[in-house]
Amino acid sequence: MTVSTRSTRRGTLRSEERQAWVLAAPALILLTMFLVIPILITFGLSFTNARLISPNPPSFRGVDNFVRAFQDPTFLRSILNTFVFAAVVVPIQSGLALAIALLVNAKVKGTAAFRTLIFMPVVTSMVVVSVLWSFMYQQNGLINQALEQLTAGRWESFGWLQDERTALAAVILLSVWQAFGMHMIIWLSGLQMIDPALYEAAALDGASYWHSFRHVTWPGLRSTMVFILITITIAALGLFVQIDVMTQGGPQDSTSTIVYHAVRKGYREQDMGYGAALSLIFFVIVLAISLIQRRITRDKD
Amino acid sequence: MTTSPRTSGLARNRRRHKLLIYVGLIAATLFTSLPILFMVVSSLKPETQIFADLRSIRAFLPIGDVSLDNYSGVMDRVPAVRFIANSLLVTALIVGIGLIVNSMIGFAISRMRWRGKGLILSLVLATLMVPFEAIAVPMVFWVSKLPLLSWEGDGFLLSQGMLNSYSVQVLPFIANALGIFLFVQQFNDIPRELDEAARIDGASWFGIYRRVIVPLSGPTFATVAIITMLPAWNQYLWPLMVVQQEELRPSSVGMQYFFQLNTAWGEVMAYATMITLPVLIVFFLFQRTFVTSISASGLKG
Repeated sequence: MTVSTRSTRRGTLRSEERQAWVLAAPALILLTMFLVIPILITFGLSFTNARLISPNPPSFRGVDNFVRAFQDPTFLRSILNTFVFAAVVVPIQSGLALAIALLVNAKVKGTAAFRTLIFMPVVTSMVVVSVLWSFMYQQNGLINQALEQLTAGRWESFGWLQDERTALAAVILLSVWQAFGMHMIIWLSGLQMIDPALYEAAALDGASYWHSFRHVTWPGLRSTMVFILITITIAALGLFVQIDVMTQGGPQDSTSTIVYHAVRKGYREQDMGYGAALSLIFFVIVLAISLIQRRITRDKD
Repeated sequence: MTTSPRTSGLARNRRRHKLLIYVGLIAATLFTSLPILFMVVSSLKPETQIFADLRSIRAFLPIGDVSLDNYSGVMDRVPAVRFIANSLLVTALIVGIGLIVNSMIGFAISRMRWRGKGLILSLVLATLMVPFEAIAVPMVFWVSKLPLLSWEGDGFLLSQGMLNSYSVQVLPFIANALGIFLFVQQFNDIPRELDEAARIDGASWFGIYRRVIVPLSGPTFATVAIITMLPAWNQYLWPLMVVQQEELRPSSVGMQYFFQLNTAWGEVMAYATMITLPVLIVFFLFQRTFVTSISASGLKG
């Protein structure tokens, strides 16, 4: 009796196990095909001279591609540009998003409508945003014309995207414009998870607005902050669409980025081995930065 | 009642505080919505008027020579309807198949006993660290070697190279680590007794998934649908590289047809509006779901 129950139970367990694999299989196969294998391929190709379309099989070239990368001035400039972009976008975007989230969270009428309108750019695709802003940045575009009107003609209009000194800054502004609404919503949900009793206690103690922000709000937003910092940083490091649509890396490589350069070399110039090496460098940079960020933010706990 | 100088001072302070909040909110709203308003309004004006209006508030108002001429101009220049239909198809397939595939593996991980599920879940979560841009270029090489199964009117045909197809635009984005994670979390919250009861009634594992778990998880399905829909609709880098055939291109890549020496800005704005409006409409209809989805993905991720 007991023996037979045990064996049927083992039987159902085995069939449960089999059925679990069947349910998990489609996702696992797709993840393997389009994530795991591509990661391995990125690694493998980066040590070869593979071309995208070539009659010859790729041959092994050791670390040649990596040596070449660190002697490639456009690539070095791309790394610098990518870091500058991330270093400026991350604090501005997250800070602005937090400031607006505090406003939207205030107890005044109509915040829902404001929230909706502020969120609009997030659903607008980056390609559309880039085209729209390219027009606004033109020499005879909206921004120059508006500045000319506001300064009563003293403003001398110029092409923001054609000038080495302003091109990257111009890209930064529209990138912040497109994405800060998303982070506003995430900050907002973090704000709404803070226990209102803490604010009441602070108010009873006669805390000023700044004090209750510093001692109640900010500590309450810790995990939200970690999440936002890491996601903005990863997104910022992957900068591509804006560059491809607006500047093609110019003028004088002042807006070329790691991903843009990898696509230019690996895909447009068909130099797949080199493109894979640049992709791998990008991946290592992203991984290193997010691990460092995680470590720093964890240590303070 | 008691209007001591102290309370009236507080009230005045509160009013000033409120006023500041509204000023901030209005500034943020103008910042986000004016460019979009400018895009839509410009799409209705002839080129000369767009430029003439830039110097005044008229740039944001649909007045003067307003017509749908730019929209018919777009239709003459590009197969816009085809591009938008392609985007709709690709997005619908990614979201639809993705919901099934990701929820099934989520169910298997959350509710079934099988060896290796802990490892699988950690591996899936680890893939969240891999930015798509880091594997995109080498992945072009990979998919160009993959066989493509296609329906050729009278039978299936297996051809070499997955480039230039709907499959290559859909398959890599179906399995989604964040989606799987959100499903696992949601399914963990459903009481296990329901599984037992269903099993006593003779339900299979798939039956439990289909008749117990799925109907109880509507909001999570909506969340995953939205967080996969936006990137699917806005895809740019991947289709740019893997789809050369015009009839298969998505709307975002269609934007390229407008970058010429003498850009017809009215038509550009019309096309940009055409590919943005569907998402904006969906957003306004389901904004509550949108907002909760974004915050859910932020808080749990």
